[in-house]
Amino acid sequence: MNNFQNGGSAAIVDRCRRLFDDLEFSEVREWKAAEKGRKVIGYMPVYVPREIIHAAGMLPVGILGGGDQLEVIQGDAYYQSYICRIPRSTIELGLTGRLDVLDGMLFPSICDVIRNLSGMWQLMFEDKYVRYFDVPQNYARDIGGSYYVNELKQLLSDLEKLSGKQISPDDLWKSIEVYNENRRAIQDLYHYRAKRPWKTPSPDVYLVIRAGMVLPVEEHTQLIRDYISAVEKEEQVMRDNCRVVVSGVFCEQPPLNLIRSIEMAGCYIVDDDFMLVTRWLLEDVPTSGDPLENLADGFLNHSNETSAKYVPVTSDKGQYLVEAVRKNQAEGVIFAAPSFCDPALLDRPMLQNCLAEENIPYTAFKYAENSGQMQPIREQAGTFADSIKLWSA
Amino acid sequence: MKCFVGIDLGSTTTKALILDEEQQILGRGITNSRSNYDIAASVAKEEALVNTRINLVRQSLEPVSTLFENLEEFLSGLERTFRLEQFMEQLADLESVCHTNASGNRFASREKTIIADALRKIFHQLREEAPELFAPGASRKSDFFRDIAGSRYLAIGEASARELGLSFDLLLNVYDRSIIEVENHFGEGDARMMMLQALQRMLKVTPELESQKNIILEKVEQAYNIELEESYVVGTGYGRARLPFSKDHIRSEILCHGLGAHIMYPETRTVLDIGGQDTKAIQVDPSGIVSSFQMNDRCAAGCGRYLGYIADEMNVGLHELGPMAMKATRKVRINSTCTVFAGAELRDRLALGEEREDILAGLHRAIILRAMSLLSRSGGISDQFTFTGGVANNEAAVMALKGLIQENYGEVTVNIDPGSIYTGALGAATFAHRAMEEHA
Amino acid sequence: MSQMTPPDAIKEDSMEKQKQMISANFHELAQAPQQGRKVVSTFVPGNINELLMCFDMARNLPEINALQNGMRKKTGRMIMEAERSGHSEDVCTYVKADLGMMAQGNIGPTGETLPKPDLLLLSYTGCFTFMKWFELVREQYDCETSMLHIPYQGDGTINENMRDYVVKQLREEVIPTLERVSGVKFDIDRLREYMRESAKSEEDLVWVLQTAKNRPSPIDAYFGGVYYIGPIFTAFRGTEDASEYYRTLRSEIAERLEKGEGPITPDGEMKDEKYRLVVEGPPNWTSFREFWKMFYEEGAVVVASTYTKVGGVYDFGFRHDPDHPLESMADYCLGCYTNLNLPSRAEMLSNYVEDYQADGLLINSIKSCNSFSAGQLLLLREVEKRTGKPGAFIETDLVDPRYFSGANVKNRLESYFQMINQKRGGGFSEGVAA
Repeated sequence: MNNFQNGGSAAIVDRCRRLFDDLEFSEVREWKAAEKGRKVIGYMPVYVPREIIHAAGMLPVGILGGGDQLEVIQGDAYYQSYICRIPRSTIELGLTGRLDVLDGMLFPSICDVIRNLSGMWQLMFEDKYVRYFDVPQNYARDIGGSYYVNELKQLLSDLEKLSGKQISPDDLWKSIEVYNENRRAIQDLYHYRAKRPWKTPSPDVYLVIRAGMVLPVEEHTQLIRDYISAVEKEEQVMRDNCRVVVSGVFCEQPPLNLIRSIEMAGCYIVDDDFMLVTRWLLEDVPTSGDPLENLADGFLNHSNETSAKYVPVTSDKGQYLVEAVRKNQAEGVIFAAPSFCDPALLDRPMLQNCLAEENIPYTAFKYAENSGQMQPIREQAGTFADSIKLWSA
Repeated sequence: MKCFVGIDLGSTTTKALILDEEQQILGRGITNSRSNYDIAASVAKEEALVNTRINLVRQSLEPVSTLFENLEEFLSGLERTFRLEQFMEQLADLESVCHTNASGNRFASREKTIIADALRKIFHQLREEAPELFAPGASRKSDFFRDIAGSRYLAIGEASARELGLSFDLLLNVYDRSIIEVENHFGEGDARMMMLQALQRMLKVTPELESQKNIILEKVEQAYNIELEESYVVGTGYGRARLPFSKDHIRSEILCHGLGAHIMYPETRTVLDIGGQDTKAIQVDPSGIVSSFQMNDRCAAGCGRYLGYIADEMNVGLHELGPMAMKATRKVRINSTCTVFAGAELRDRLALGEEREDILAGLHRAIILRAMSLLSRSGGISDQFTFTGGVANNEAAVMALKGLIQENYGEVTVNIDPGSIYTGALGAATFAHRAMEEHA
Repeated sequence: MSQMTPPDAIKEDSMEKQKQMISANFHELAQAPQQGRKVVSTFVPGNINELLMCFDMARNLPEINALQNGMRKKTGRMIMEAERSGHSEDVCTYVKADLGMMAQGNIGPTGETLPKPDLLLLSYTGCFTFMKWFELVREQYDCETSMLHIPYQGDGTINENMRDYVVKQLREEVIPTLERVSGVKFDIDRLREYMRESAKSEEDLVWVLQTAKNRPSPIDAYFGGVYYIGPIFTAFRGTEDASEYYRTLRSEIAERLEKGEGPITPDGEMKDEKYRLVVEGPPNWTSFREFWKMFYEEGAVVVASTYTKVGGVYDFGFRHDPDHPLESMADYCLGCYTNLNLPSRAEMLSNYVEDYQADGLLINSIKSCNSFSAGQLLLLREVEKRTGKPGAFIETDLVDPRYFSGANVKNRLESYFQMINQKRGGGFSEGVAA
């Protein structure tokens, strides 16, 4: 199982980098071809219950746009200049056949652009299974909860139809368990990075987590474990960087260069909201009782806060970010939001107010998945790091 | 002779084109668009009339072409001489306006004297240099008076300001005020008279024609005596609403570009026009009727203006960008075609050690990528494809476009007419011709 | 969802009536605190006006304030104010106009001060931004917020699960909150009564909008349409005032229809109908008159629009049903235009083009409104494909004057009209000549 023991963390990161660069989803294709009848379901940010897809024997694949290496021609034809990049490059991936491997696509409730993309997908890819995956903004068990359980049931029955196989509660238990394990591994990695960020460069951590978008979950969990044990054995120079939380990167992804630039400019990222699907549920989902009820309970009561979710209690707004700063002993927050990202940009002033009240410094900029210029970001992050050092001195 | 005039008032240049009754092109003219649209349209039309006359002179002289060693050479000499006449006249106008502007109360009297001195020096030198500019084979950065006179004024002015201990800004200020005035003077020169003067000069420097002088003069007179009756004018282009035309003399530039491209290449089904501030993707049916179109949105990213910013940033001429980009050896990917960040992107790339030529090739490709999206939005590319507008003269842009068409749509015939900048005016003139037919 | 100062040329009774209703409502709002009336703020799409009236609450609609301020050219400054205080230039200008107005003393469009709301009823229907908007407003007022989450019609239908979810929210959370905040006990019969009244207005509105199927159309279903939807999309649905307004309007339009008259514009009747359009997307408010003029000047009339369906889609038979009040309220919310998925919208638009014998679809794409705008270029393609009629695309914004480029819009509209004309094979002078 473990191919990396001799290559150290670099070999693991290399493999993740290849997965990241591969816009053809070759490994997903290989997985699908390995056994007759295998199905693949794509999903977009911010959250879908991958356990159900897994329980249906399918491979969930995270679709996070085309990055900075994809030339977007057709996708651009569908969007005005004031709409973010991720739906364009996703359409480009679809129209160029790169997503043919997918048998279906789930579009979670995150914003109106992704919501509408679900309908566009229905019109453009008529032979594929497409579902807009709505989640409740009401967190009462018998109101939002029962709505959500029914939505999960619908998803489950759709996938049963697609796969032609019944999903038993046992299948669900097993899937919940492997995802619990995956979440634990990711949590361990985040904890490790928060403790020794110099040993776990953020671009590497990003790539390791990102690999979970395309790898089977069991393999991904092992990969994370291998990575942690590899870095533990390696010596790295600790730099005089400040510690920051990066916020706003939960949907359209920044170029890898941007993550690298932040770190090179003198900021260790000790927490972030990349790929929240892997950390959406904050606790293990219990493996006894009704599996769908448990998944729903996790969503309602133990899930990550992000801009796509409503916060019922005013005083709770933004506290998760303050908490993330405290818990990880961060010294500041970098708000990095994709241009035209409604959730991130509308939330930002409120989050900034929360930080200001706690005297937590922050800085903010925008990016696009294909941003080419890093100089302004390096400068801004560098200035931010310097000013933090000055304040704390 | 019945004439049908099309005028295309673009954001950077204004073009005019004249058709005869058989829809043959009689003449074309171009000028820079300026604050006064009316004048820009008149100047462009006047230029087209001059061009028409030269063509008529050609027709008139053709039967006696044996008189000349080389008729075409003679004609181009005649045109150059005419242009020189025209230039000298405008120069005189500019000089007098400059003097007036420099004598206002805004300047101290000592300053006034120095400025007047400087102006005399500058214009003296400009006049001296002028024949060189219009000598056979001379290359000019631009054919517009504003550009030719302006660039030399600045160069000479800077030197004389230094010499006279004068602030160059003062001279610059005088020029800026004056050129706008001069550009908006119109109709003071008599083209016919200037042409005859030019002819006299030509005859003077070509002694072997001395004996045939009368026949030639008569033929040229004949050409000038043909009455050009302006039967119908149609205006188009971005500034068309500001033309002093009634509504039935105005057509949208989309329709004109579609029709113009159809006239140039009747098999055209898709037209791409990249102009200064907008890009248009147009689909036309077999009879040249527009079936759908898309224009770039509010933002001018990816339009010709973007290349203008880049040229300014690099301090080279706009027309030099394409040839430079053709020398690229490496592929550089540029993702942003935002005009606002054009300079920053360029500097950033240069700072990273990338070659200027490679970056330029990347920039050209980026512009064409935007155009490809617009084309896709309008319904894709169907055979044949006609590329028009200023950017169609840029070889690097054309190369990038052809490559991307091949990749995305396969074999497609790509038409580029060297006079593609007149496509809209041609469409407008054709509409003028049709309107006349309808009225008949 | 608009009311505005009526164009001078329009002196209809209905217009006069609407004008009075609007100013009365702003006055009521201003007086509410003195009179001890509770104030609720809520949104136009999925508004549950009938229910709110059961608790005697004054209704404040921030979108209406923003658009009214936009028409009075006040929003430019408000938006800049909000941007100065840290709001991104990328996000919705309704939100920024609202926050900017609050920062400048919360003076409403008519000059009267808007009260602090006692409750924010967050009817999260068809627009993600609503949720953030009230989180932002709540941060300023620190008042109670009640969420009414309307699930999206992702597969183009309303199912039992969705309806139950909405009804349960109404019954178990929204109504108890309204009772608590207002101190008024909920009376379902009162609700039924209001709903009965709503259905009357709805019937008349649909009749009016469908008169555009005639040639010439006696109404403009977009620029004129925003007046017609005013009362029913806002604080008046379910009132007798609204019923009367629609009765009057209906008889006025019936008269125009009978006389074969065209629609009324700020410059009088539009006489020569040359182009019939279906329009998708909200209008621009800051240059509303200028924008409208670009149409009627060219003889273009809008025969159907989707914007007049954001506060409720009534033309396919839905009516508020007093016999099933909460269920029909849920269906109303679930059925609002921006809660429909893209395939449903494509179908609706194609049908409009056919049913109203339009020359084509024009999309006014609004920078602020991703709910409308994301995917509109595909809608344009789909509708062109299905109807064979040419479409056109223009871009403006709701209330940000920086995003209205008159010359640009006019250029595209003219090109579009001329293209339609050329495609008809008509002579060049016909339809183009003045």
